[in-house]
Amino acid sequence: MKSLAELRAIRERMEKQIDLRESNDDRIRVVVGMATCGIAAGARPVLNAFLEEVNKRDLKNVTVSQTGCIGVCRLEPIVEIYVPGQEKVTYVKMTPDKVASIVSEHLVNGRVVEEYTIGAAE
Amino acid sequence: MKEIALHILDIAQNSLAARARRLEITLAEEGETLTLTIADNGKGMSPELLATVSDPFTTTRTTRKMGLGLPLLRLAAEQTGGALSIESALGVGTTVTARFGAAHIDCPPVGDMAGTITLLLQGAPEVELTYTHQVEERRFTLSTRELREELGEEISLAEPEVILWIRDYLQEQEALLRENKGMKA
Repeated sequence: MKSLAELRAIRERMEKQIDLRESNDDRIRVVVGMATCGIAAGARPVLNAFLEEVNKRDLKNVTVSQTGCIGVCRLEPIVEIYVPGQEKVTYVKMTPDKVASIVSEHLVNGRVVEEYTIGAAE
Repeated sequence: MKEIALHILDIAQNSLAARARRLEITLAEEGETLTLTIADNGKGMSPELLATVSDPFTTTRTTRKMGLGLPLLRLAAEQTGGALSIESALGVGTTVTARFGAAHIDCPPVGDMAGTITLLLQGAPEVELTYTHQVEERRFTLSTRELREELGEEISLAEPEVILWIRDYLQEQEALLRENKGMKA
């Protein structure tokens, strides 16, 4: 059984490493569309999978966030990835099992996973 | 929308868009009735907007003249012999209540509430959220105020390590509720 007291241990651990985090400008942003269309298409498990992967690999320079309708509802769930200094990459028809390869290839190694992008789907 | 939890995720986003600071989500399963309440202290709706808000051709969105969140919830509730009601006042907030006939064949399962609450907090870590889930006489409540008492104000609830802890905690609590429900049945 988990107890709220475990949060205190997390707090102590995180306070020690808080200054190791990079400043906001050079962070990679992962943005998941979470409007009615995205949610109905399965965006929730996709976002959860990104949180798990980013935490597992301890990627301190990645922010996972949510947005509304991206505008191509038929291709939801949609994930946009912003790497500073590079063009935005849009991944479409996302599923939780595509997440691990996008995290390891794109976020860690800087190689876009072309086959999952909107360019490949259209 | 295959789960009540997904409706909750969707409707609660409206509260956040209305700049709610406080959000109360309550799910009560009693006998053959399941009642969902989402109450916020956001900017509220005018009587005119309130009158048309569960019409799919009403939306505050500016990109398209359609919004499906509340109409889908109303449809889901009414299909089970239940109903949707909305109370709202400008400057005070909005309360959405959906009643489902839990024994009706069209009643969707509650679904992954841990996932829904986790993602709400991940998207809006500063909101003061109280989530209560009641199954018959048993209940549990998650309050972000209690979480922050342990965690302090410095660390965001959206930190991956924190948010995943919250998800695991909720999964345990939800499983306990289900277990009790199973025993009763």
